[in-house]
Amino acid sequence: MNLRAQPVGGSILTVPFKILFAVLTASVPLMAWRFVSGLGPTTGLSDGYPWGIWIAYDVVAGTGLACGGYAIAILCYVLNQGKYHPLVRPAVLTSALGYSMAGFAIVIDVGRYWNLWKVPLVWNWNRNSVLLEVAICVMTYVGVLWIELSPAFLEKLEESDSFPGLRKVSKVIRPWLDKAMIWILAVGILLPTMHQSSLGSLMLIAVSKLHKLWHTPLLPLLFLASCLLMGYSVVVFESTLSSRMFGRPRETETLSSLSGIVAAVSILYLALRLGDLALRGRFGLILGSGGYSVAFLLEMALFLTPALLLRKRERRKNPGTQFLAAMMMILAGMLYRFDVYLVGFNPGPGWSYFPSIPEMFITFGLVALEIMVFIIVVKRFPILAGIVPAASDSGPGEGSHVPATGR
Amino acid sequence: MSVTRRCVLKGLVAAGTAVTVGVPVASARERKTPPSDAVGMLYDATRCIGCKACVVKCKEANGLPPETDPATGSIYDAPVDLSASTNTVIRLYKEGGRTSYVKAQCMHCVAPACVSVCMIGAFHKSDYGIVAYDPGKCVGCRYCQLACPYNVPKYEWNTAFPKIVKCEMCRHLLAKGGIPACCEVCPRQAVIYGKYADLLTDAKDRLARDPDRYYPKVYGESDGGGSQVLYLSAAGIPFEKLGLPTLGDEPVPQLVESLQHAIYRGFVAPAALFAALGYVMIRNGNGKENSNGGDGIGTSSEQEGKE
Repeated sequence: MNLRAQPVGGSILTVPFKILFAVLTASVPLMAWRFVSGLGPTTGLSDGYPWGIWIAYDVVAGTGLACGGYAIAILCYVLNQGKYHPLVRPAVLTSALGYSMAGFAIVIDVGRYWNLWKVPLVWNWNRNSVLLEVAICVMTYVGVLWIELSPAFLEKLEESDSFPGLRKVSKVIRPWLDKAMIWILAVGILLPTMHQSSLGSLMLIAVSKLHKLWHTPLLPLLFLASCLLMGYSVVVFESTLSSRMFGRPRETETLSSLSGIVAAVSILYLALRLGDLALRGRFGLILGSGGYSVAFLLEMALFLTPALLLRKRERRKNPGTQFLAAMMMILAGMLYRFDVYLVGFNPGPGWSYFPSIPEMFITFGLVALEIMVFIIVVKRFPILAGIVPAASDSGPGEGSHVPATGR
Repeated sequence: MSVTRRCVLKGLVAAGTAVTVGVPVASARERKTPPSDAVGMLYDATRCIGCKACVVKCKEANGLPPETDPATGSIYDAPVDLSASTNTVIRLYKEGGRTSYVKAQCMHCVAPACVSVCMIGAFHKSDYGIVAYDPGKCVGCRYCQLACPYNVPKYEWNTAFPKIVKCEMCRHLLAKGGIPACCEVCPRQAVIYGKYADLLTDAKDRLARDPDRYYPKVYGESDGGGSQVLYLSAAGIPFEKLGLPTLGDEPVPQLVESLQHAIYRGFVAPAALFAALGYVMIRNGNGKENSNGGDGIGTSSEQEGKE
């Protein structure tokens, strides 16, 4: 069986690519405007809502979506589920792009970006600051992800004749890189465990501003669970889309067991969420909080529905169901994170926030850039698996696809 | 083999849980008190006549521009709230027949949320416990604004090179032997400056001497962990009516700090998780044994090397 990843090939300048390029081009002058005039004229931000969609979407939801690499690495290398191997490289690529985009968004968002270089200097650190931990972890993790992905680029380099000098360098680096890779992978699992939970801890300080339906000491754990859910779902989503777009065979069998994990984690997440509210006597808030209740119930429905859809093993094998459930789970995780950072956040009377048009278009531009780079990389570098293992070795009722956690 | 692997995985789960949930012993951290040389301000709403001399003098002392209202063509400096050009403001509370003024400015918390969250210490507890700002260490992330329960730090939204602006108790005047401009100018001594300990005694004396005049509480004595700016309100007007939030006695940063320090104490939990991950992954042969020689992260030469 040939599992080797191969470049998809083909033309890069397709129609969707040109559309993405147009979106990116439209956002560039807006970014320039932000740097010339400041955040006031260009965004909907205010002293009451100092963080908007660049943080809530690009960073908080965005890195959650970029947890595919993390989620798959846990399955593949910790739980030793080798069958997920073909999903690793595309997932790590998506993660590297998602995290890089978050870093980009932070540079646009912070007001005094010229001081950012002082953040990594250890002697400056305020060890009470959760944001510092997030910043250091995210900066490091961006580097780790690109190193994890580097064999794909080095392989391509070694196969080409254009850069004989670089090829030699690559030949020297690769054995060394291979030896170090297991520890790099370990760092690559440790860091998201730390900063994804810390993205939840960031809002613990807002005791009087974050609605009681969302403010809980469990925020770090819930953020960790939500990033795993989003990570696995993005892998399903992205595999399905890649197989469509690039005419690849789809890993339906593998994705069905992945979907099973999503369903289980989702139920666990819901139990934590509702159990916490019940234990702290906040159950009544679920229906009695007006608009907040609507947001909360929508969130619950989005987490619960895919879990129910994926409950039966037969249904889980249906690509349509997998895709639908993954999409809903992605929305659920994103809505949860939006609710914690924006919807459930109330700084007091007189303040409101809605993103301005330029603010939204800058985000669209960054997303477009991310997708464009993804397309270029998978078409030119060995990321997507060529041929997929036959599903013959696992009958319908077979249980081996559940991770071996407790066995 | 399966038994040991189960143990390893259990250890992993335990380490991971410790990293994210923390150990609930952390609340034993000692409660912060103001430094022994702490200074502060005491605002007595029953003495304030709303003349706003403090607002004007504050701007003069701190070089802040006036805020006129272009909509009404008003030429008067009439700020309605704190902003990047207004460090203190007088508000009017009115309900039924009752009115009261209230002065807003930085509370100079004993355990300030802004200081706790600031990545590289642009906000810090400075001399006399004043919460001071150092723009040289500020990246403009605005987490202080999100964290402050009083919504005090303000951001310069309309410039390419912004700063955070807030009351620093006129520390530049204190350094020259002066006192905060608002306290200096107040004609009724509604806001006074002094040593924190003296002000607290003074406030309690006033309550004891004239219980009919005051709402029976010194706001800031313990609210949100306590602040070096203290408030007295008129009888029958609780502090939340004046816009001062009900925070409880626990310092605002306590929950997050205790959780975070429990998780990362001595960096033991992350180190343990890292070691456990490395151990499990080496045992797993980097996922090779089930992988049909897969093509994940590890490159092909590695697969051969391990064969």
